[in-house]
Amino acid sequence: MDVRFPIGILFTGIGVLLIAAGLTTAPEELKLASTGFNLNLVWGAVMLVFGGGSILLALRAKR
Amino acid sequence: MHLSLIDGLIVGLYLVVVLAVGWLASRRTKDGNEFFLAGRSIPAWVCGLAFLSANLGAQEVIGMGASGAKYGIATAHFYWLGAIPAMVFIGVFMMPFYYGSKARSGPEYLRMRFDEKTRGFNAFSFAAMTVIGSGVSMYAMAKLIQAMHVLDQPFAAMHLPQAWIFHAAVLGSALFVLAYIWLGGLRGAIYNEVLQFFLIIAGFAPLAWLAMRNVGGWEGITTSLDASYTHVWQGMSSPDTNRLGVDTFGLVMGLGFVLSFGYWCTDFLVVQRAMAANSMSAARRTPLIAASFKMLIPFVVIIPGLAAMALTTSAMKDPAYTGQPTAAHAASGVIPIKMDAATGRPMLDSAGKPQLDYDLATPSLLLATFPTGMLGLGLTALMASFMAGMAGNVTAFNTVWTYDIYQAYIRKDASDGHYLTMGRIATAGGILLSVGAAYLASQFNNIMDLIQLICAFVNAPVFATFLLGMFWKRATGHGAFIGLVSGTTAAALHHGLTLPQGSFPGIKGGWMANLHLYPSEMGQNFWTAIWAFSICFGLTVAISLVTKARREDELVGLVFSLTPKIDDPPTTWLKSPVVLGVIVLAVTLVLNIIFR
Repeated sequence: MDVRFPIGILFTGIGVLLIAAGLTTAPEELKLASTGFNLNLVWGAVMLVFGGGSILLALRAKR
Repeated sequence: MHLSLIDGLIVGLYLVVVLAVGWLASRRTKDGNEFFLAGRSIPAWVCGLAFLSANLGAQEVIGMGASGAKYGIATAHFYWLGAIPAMVFIGVFMMPFYYGSKARSGPEYLRMRFDEKTRGFNAFSFAAMTVIGSGVSMYAMAKLIQAMHVLDQPFAAMHLPQAWIFHAAVLGSALFVLAYIWLGGLRGAIYNEVLQFFLIIAGFAPLAWLAMRNVGGWEGITTSLDASYTHVWQGMSSPDTNRLGVDTFGLVMGLGFVLSFGYWCTDFLVVQRAMAANSMSAARRTPLIAASFKMLIPFVVIIPGLAAMALTTSAMKDPAYTGQPTAAHAASGVIPIKMDAATGRPMLDSAGKPQLDYDLATPSLLLATFPTGMLGLGLTALMASFMAGMAGNVTAFNTVWTYDIYQAYIRKDASDGHYLTMGRIATAGGILLSVGAAYLASQFNNIMDLIQLICAFVNAPVFATFLLGMFWKRATGHGAFIGLVSGTTAAALHHGLTLPQGSFPGIKGGWMANLHLYPSEMGQNFWTAIWAFSICFGLTVAISLVTKARREDELVGLVFSLTPKIDDPPTTWLKSPVVLGVIVLAVTLVLNIIFR
């Protein structure tokens, strides 16, 4: 088993959920005073890229 | 803390993936070699991250944040002085004997090198230490879930008493860890530790970055806090001029040498991860890969605490601050005041000022900074750190119990399948004992001190035993055993005869007499370790010289001077343990100079 598969699946899932949270949370609940931007959207995108990259690496190694 | 559906889904997704990894690993876990050693088939980077993760328990993430707030950046000594050099040493010098000897555990190496009694002593004391370690980890996590009010709403919705939250947190976490180790053994634990490592970084790196930005960067920290918070070496010449309350010799010898090398070079909890590597070269690189990440961990776990302290210091200057943070303060992540659970009043220090609850520094900041969604990720990261720390202890326990206690003293010649079953039963037994230890911990509010103490009692003397065993062919079994027992006794005597300032005789020391007063608990602990190591070292040498040494041909592969170089040549220069070690040490030196 390549551990990059479960890592990829977990972080892709987290990325999707964070982006969903970023799109659905009301602006007054985003704690903008301490973050200054929509943290969920930005970090969700980072997680999605990391998760996707991890799956791609695992697939490439399998071939 | 209000958890939304998305927060719950993130936690749920993590739990499902953890169990799936355990199940996938179980398909290859058919014999003892697979269950206890992951078939010695894991690549170096996976072992390296697991090596680091097994040590990155919840106490570490919360505790290092608390220490960052209390002692400042000097807490980084636990990394740059108290970990990296030892991790380089085990990778470059000691791993060839752990991996090359084909021992299945740390105590088993001691049997091969010395004798049965030395192994027995180490096996029993180590097994006790792992059970207490995982119990305290479990207790810390359950307390945190209570303090952050994570489960208050779901419990209220189900009409369950709030007092059951602690029990639910302990039992729930115990069952999860049991499930994935029962299924996948060491392989399941190691794969999950890698997952947990990335989660801890994903959850805490944005917290550290935002906290740092909100206090105005490093410059903001240096203007709000005095210099004792922002330097690692300044003021170390005397215990009275630094926040740790230790002197340079005690720090370098106690933390930098004995405790650090005692833990990183001999503790089977971490060494087991390297033993699972797929080659000698991978095993040697395991601690070095771990070290290259370890040196950066302070920026993720200490910085949030330090930033919270800077916020708190600024808040204290605010005329509206009355000792208890206002809602506005709490929303910015100020450290709350420590409350006495019995009276409900703030706890005061000897000067009559309210004490800060440093353990809540990182959790308060997390609650103040993260919106819904990120909060779920932060909580998952905390759960991951707890599970990684606990699983490390449990896999080390089941191996030492099965091979070094059960096979050695209870049933010698059973089939491999029998020991595999015993390993699974030992996993359940170890977790059950940990649950007991967690409840024991809730009875004593000083259990955290106890675990520090046990480390000084167990790891410090045994480091002398491993060191002499691997690098001095003349060391004998009688010498090692008497040295080890005397070193442990010396630790107990030193603890019983000294006391840290402001403490009462008892678990903190001084239970026999009070011959010396240390400025801090940390100082006392470092010196307990120094005494334990020195007595073990001295007596092992002395007794070895008057007892009969083993034949040299029996020690090939176990002792440095008698073992031919067996290293497989690295394919690239970056894969050479020596090159990697030098790079890691150089970067650590630079970090020490920057934050001097």
